[in-house]
Amino acid sequence: MLTRAERRRGIGWGLLSLAGIAFFVGIAVAALLSWDAGNTQSRLFAAYTWRILRFTLLQAVLSTLLSVVFALPVALALARRPRFPGRVWVIRLMALPMGLPVLIGALGLIGIWGRQGVMNSLLLKLGLEQPISVYGLSGILLAHVFFNLPLAARLLLAALERLPAEYWLLSSSLGMKPFSVFRFIEWPAARRVIPGIAGLVFMLCATSFTLVLVLGGGPAATTLEVAIYQSLRFDFDPPRAIALSLLQIGVTALILIAISLFPAPDDAGITAGRATRRFDGRTLPAWLWDVLAILLATIFLILPLASIVGAGVQANLWSLVNSPAFLRATWTSLTIALSAGLLAVLTSLAIIAGRGAISDMKTPGGTAKAFSVSLGGMSSLVLLVPPVVLGTGWFLMLRPFGDVARFAPALVAIINMLMALPFVMRVLAPAVETHRKRTGRLSASLGLSGFSRAWRIDLPVLARPLLTALSFAMALSLGDLGAVALFGSSDLTTLPWLVYSRLSSYRTNDADGLALILGIICLALTMIGTAGRRETNHG
Amino acid sequence: MADDIALNKVELKLGIREFRFDCALPAGAVTAITGPSGSGKSTFLNLVAGFETPDRGRILIAGGDVTEKHPSERPVSLIFQDNNLFAHLDLATNIGLGISPSLKLSNSDRAAISQALERVGLSGFEKRMPGTLSGGERQRAAFARALVRKKPVLLMDEPFAALHPGLRLSMASLLIDLHRETGNTVLIVTHDPDEVGRLADHAIFVDHGQILLQAPAEEFLARRDIPALAEFLSG
Repeated sequence: MLTRAERRRGIGWGLLSLAGIAFFVGIAVAALLSWDAGNTQSRLFAAYTWRILRFTLLQAVLSTLLSVVFALPVALALARRPRFPGRVWVIRLMALPMGLPVLIGALGLIGIWGRQGVMNSLLLKLGLEQPISVYGLSGILLAHVFFNLPLAARLLLAALERLPAEYWLLSSSLGMKPFSVFRFIEWPAARRVIPGIAGLVFMLCATSFTLVLVLGGGPAATTLEVAIYQSLRFDFDPPRAIALSLLQIGVTALILIAISLFPAPDDAGITAGRATRRFDGRTLPAWLWDVLAILLATIFLILPLASIVGAGVQANLWSLVNSPAFLRATWTSLTIALSAGLLAVLTSLAIIAGRGAISDMKTPGGTAKAFSVSLGGMSSLVLLVPPVVLGTGWFLMLRPFGDVARFAPALVAIINMLMALPFVMRVLAPAVETHRKRTGRLSASLGLSGFSRAWRIDLPVLARPLLTALSFAMALSLGDLGAVALFGSSDLTTLPWLVYSRLSSYRTNDADGLALILGIICLALTMIGTAGRRETNHG
Repeated sequence: MADDIALNKVELKLGIREFRFDCALPAGAVTAITGPSGSGKSTFLNLVAGFETPDRGRILIAGGDVTEKHPSERPVSLIFQDNNLFAHLDLATNIGLGISPSLKLSNSDRAAISQALERVGLSGFEKRMPGTLSGGERQRAAFARALVRKKPVLLMDEPFAALHPGLRLSMASLLIDLHRETGNTVLIVTHDPDEVGRLADHAIFVDHGQILLQAPAEEFLARRDIPALAEFLSG
């Protein structure tokens, strides 16, 4: 029911976005593959490479295990207590780490668990000699659990809350004890989603860059991503960077294939105290257990956040905000974030238009179907080829053409755009689809098309999801250190890069202040995003 | 005859379902399209409206070949079961879009909108948003838009199915009144035998993608020799 011109336009936009992304990723990969193959091979089979691979996988496995194992009792406790004062805030707190730039979370963790942190001074007072180290494997695990435990807990809680209310009535009338409830109701529900959750967390931990850069980094605690960065930035050993990049692509490809075998978890339907009534867990031990689980998780999550705020306000915020370095970095960051955000939204719309045009065809041929599938898969391409690898490819590609720093802002913006694309697609694609279903035939029958439809029919309805997508993409780009790490210099300083370089030069006071400001900006943007999402769910 | 709707040996395949329609519908009359669910009655309407194009055969409206024409280029107005109004636009705008897709409205157009609203019993509702109306009022507004479009053919896909029985009666009499005033050709998809008796001059029975019977309404309702139709009529 699209006019011929509309269909042609849709396919044109789709082709353009496909070609653009394929070109950008393809050039990077081609640059890696064509570089000095012989040397790359020797690096690939070096003991160093395998040690890094082993550590990458080891820390990812342990992080996943710890995150899921600790998330389970928290989710069970929250599901069993559907109503208590502050429950909604605990659930909101669990959404916070996702919107927080990773670097800032790391700063908060150092504030609590670091050598001078609250925890270690407490332990010293208690007479313990060996303080906890926030650096190395234990630090990486701690940080990964900080970011992924709340994610896993939210997804598990959603799965538990989707269970029919009759289950709880039934279990109590049958007189099931807590262990039976766990065995026959809760665990079967959790078991269905745990593979998907574990896959997601594993993927995030295996490709984690910033946390490992800040908390690990020594030869004993380096992951593939950080090793790629170090071989380019410090050792300038392109063959090694390439060998590691190829290995990284192989590892992520394997993980993605494994994940695709399990159903994707989602936290849709998570409620703030729906009318579920639970009749189990009324004994004192059960109550104590739940309180302990929720309290410990809350403290674990809230302490680093409090530390960011506490340390941040001690910095001289006023002079920091007025310093030329801050103003320049803010300007650079906002420019890159806005470009990346707008690009991500426009590319998503082009992809959606292309797929819409093909699904509108009555009998799409094989080419059209393949085109539609590649459009759908394209937004996940960046998961396969991580930002550092993309950056490495383009770094090698552009080096012969002069100072890479000149191209750096554009490269960082495009890489950030690609990183945001899967999230933006997840917001926009269903919104556009619902809107088309509701208004497509009506618009066609009234002859509404082109500008008139875009302005009167599409924009008023899609404005909110568009804003949501844009603010998500901007928050992601503003908080990102991965893409800028390769190119960051005195010429190209974004806010996260400024925080990181202040941290490296031990000006922690400045770093704390900047982290607080950046954290507030990013959380504000994410909040705009989630507020929008909640509204569209209702309408 | 003017405003005749004709489907000449129309064939269409959607997935594994095949449709064959060959018929001519009288002008200026109300024709009911009935059949069991999934029989192809909505596909029939979609072919006339232009949301589906046939693999073979021609579709003529008012003597003109519209087979390849976009829905907006066919001389028809449409009323669906729901979502007839853009939820974010007020009634005057919703109806105005029926006159001009780019909303270029003259003063007389605006007057026509108010008149149409008055005619369907919604006078003064120009600035109301669809969300503040009842289901029946929303369908009345859709009728008002069909009025201002002044198209010779009105296509309706179960327009009253979402309304409660009492409301269906009053909406049916409104439809009949408007039909007598404008003399338009009406095609109405319905799964309700009572509605055939109440509204239609003619009726078509569709089953498994084919027209099994086309007859004047009285004869249609009296037929008992086609098993599928007998089952449909007995409810």
